[in-house]
Amino acid sequence: MRAYQRKLDIKNGRVDLSHGAGGRAMAQLISGLFHEAFGNEWLARGNDQAAFDVGAGRMVMTTDGYVISPLFFPGGNIGSLAVHGTINDVAMGGARPLYLSASFIIEEGFRFSDLKTIADSMGEAARAAGVYIITGDTKVVERGKADGLFISTTGVGVLADGLDLSAEKARVGDRVLVSGSLGDHGTAIMSRRQNLAFETEIVSDSAALHDLVALMVAAGGSSIRVMRDPTRGGLAAMLNEIAHQSGLGFHLQEEAIPVKPAVAAACELLGLDPLHVANEGKLVAIVAPDMADAVLAAMKAHPLGCDAADIGEAVADNHQFVQMSTSFGGGRIVDWLSGEQLPRIC
Amino acid sequence: MKYADEFRDKTIARGLARVIGAEADSQREYRFMEFCGGHTHAISRYGLEDMLPANVRMIHGPGCPVCVLPASRIDMAIRLAEQPEVTLCVYGDLMRVPGSQGKSLLSAKAFGADIRMVYSTLDAIRIAEQAPNREVVFFAIGFETTTPPTAVMIRLAEKKWLKSFSVFCNHMLTPSAMHSILESPDIRNIGRVEIDGFLGPAHVSTIIGTEPYEVLAEQFGKPIVIAGFEPLDMMQAILMLVRQVNEGRHEVENQYSRAVTRKGNRRAQEEVSDIFELRDQFEWRGLGLVPHSGLKLKQAYAQFDAEMRFTMHEVRVADNPACECGAILRGVKRPVDCKLFGTVCTPEIPIGSCMVSSEGACAAQWTYGRFRDYRLRRA
Repeated sequence: MRAYQRKLDIKNGRVDLSHGAGGRAMAQLISGLFHEAFGNEWLARGNDQAAFDVGAGRMVMTTDGYVISPLFFPGGNIGSLAVHGTINDVAMGGARPLYLSASFIIEEGFRFSDLKTIADSMGEAARAAGVYIITGDTKVVERGKADGLFISTTGVGVLADGLDLSAEKARVGDRVLVSGSLGDHGTAIMSRRQNLAFETEIVSDSAALHDLVALMVAAGGSSIRVMRDPTRGGLAAMLNEIAHQSGLGFHLQEEAIPVKPAVAAACELLGLDPLHVANEGKLVAIVAPDMADAVLAAMKAHPLGCDAADIGEAVADNHQFVQMSTSFGGGRIVDWLSGEQLPRIC
Repeated sequence: MKYADEFRDKTIARGLARVIGAEADSQREYRFMEFCGGHTHAISRYGLEDMLPANVRMIHGPGCPVCVLPASRIDMAIRLAEQPEVTLCVYGDLMRVPGSQGKSLLSAKAFGADIRMVYSTLDAIRIAEQAPNREVVFFAIGFETTTPPTAVMIRLAEKKWLKSFSVFCNHMLTPSAMHSILESPDIRNIGRVEIDGFLGPAHVSTIIGTEPYEVLAEQFGKPIVIAGFEPLDMMQAILMLVRQVNEGRHEVENQYSRAVTRKGNRRAQEEVSDIFELRDQFEWRGLGLVPHSGLKLKQAYAQFDAEMRFTMHEVRVADNPACECGAILRGVKRPVDCKLFGTVCTPEIPIGSCMVSSEGACAAQWTYGRFRDYRLRRA
């Protein structure tokens, strides 16, 4: 005879320590909430691992932790972000993402209703991207030991033969292409921080970029030297990283860099530089000059790349500086961010 | 962005640059000190120096409140925050400023001190309301611009009967510092660096008006042009300074007339003088003890004065002897003249305070202007 188990009270219930203890409560949380949201044949088998087929080509793997605050923001939540972010890290290698794993560290007292919303949007984001969440893990920690919910996702994909994107392949004269406006995600998050809250229509750009990448790869192939998504530290950190890895410098044109007026205004208010602000649905590609226009055209043909722009070029520079001609008519260095991005006070 | 882009127009900037180039006497040098960190930041951010003729040079002044705060005050704040009952609320810029032992508020926080980053005085009030059992202290810093909000905050705390709320007051006064720079021996006597004029503070002047600078312009014979923080404001103000120098005038002129009046904001001035009074002297990093240049709370508000409440003591400490922040703040040296600049002192591990805030002369130079010197050195 099966023991009676009360249904999960999604509406009013909360996660308690038993939901991470390995007993029935945990099994119920996993099957009632996560399987429901992610639903696929691998999860349904209920094993501790998932075996899967991969097609021809080399495998690509990446992993990322999500500790964002607040958990819900205009344009998404920690769940959709955890799916998009990891898909993008796979896609930036030029690969096609296939499977994800998801690990949850939940703080005692977390609302089931919030957890369900987050899990549902993960499932939705994965389905929309044609990617499956095929294995996972759940842990519950005491109140005060985690800020609500941390999610960590690992992604696996395959890379077509002949493609090998890497920073050291950049050459002098290569063009710098960006897929759209910068700073949307970071500004949307800031606008919801408790001590900053300001009214804005800025929405996070969180999105899965692998379809856009597939179009670009089809158009440019190996003339795409390297791709990155400018997340933490923004465009500035990303280009400095590539500059160090390739031994080159970059020269940007500020006027060509797309930034939405609302984002520019919010950054002005907070004393931030949009070039340092995080993005979650944008990519930057360093492309050989003869193929740059073709790749740019391919980007513009996709909705996530409709505002794509050519913003500068790789230059010879032993100092590996990222420089920019300002729209005012002068020049400046675009450096790494130091410490946390802190608003100025006067 | 409306109301901002108009002041960053490239075409107008080129026009102004041409006029400055035409009117500046090629037989002489013009050395202007921009007083404020906001000006320094804008110069670097927009690459303004690239637009000026070679004989018009900008000298970065001491107008960044974070940069001129001496290590001893940071030490005091760290000692205060280390007391278990204290919650210290600070502006983000201060977190990484090094104290005397290489310790910062950020590292004190990592060691367990309850230090919160706030964006406004009201955040601190809110924290105090939510934690009535904690001693909540606000680290008040800044020139005349940020003093009125602190005054309003103290009024609010009084009205709300906040019994365990206080302010660690580090408000400073700009005209006293300008006076001190103009009186300093390396500017007056040795004549190594002659300052031909000042770009006067923008936001500070919205509060105090242009009048307080008149005596300085008169006494030291230096033109002062109050300038806004937008790049075109500064270009126009530089042109006004060039004209004053050419015509042998030394007046206070107001470029930032859309926000600044001669008398300033009376209401704000009254708030401030109700609650604060002058200190006999206050230490500025780089300038030393400057008479009548700092504010403290009046006796009537002693209960809100953290220095009284916790009997805090200031122990003066010497800065790193190789650090040239002092000379840089007085405009006698440039960041690249300092042996530490870019070697052991970078924005990641600042030794001197000029490297900490993005408005500091060294940090601005490092972040935005490095390649200019690198080009010069290479040439």
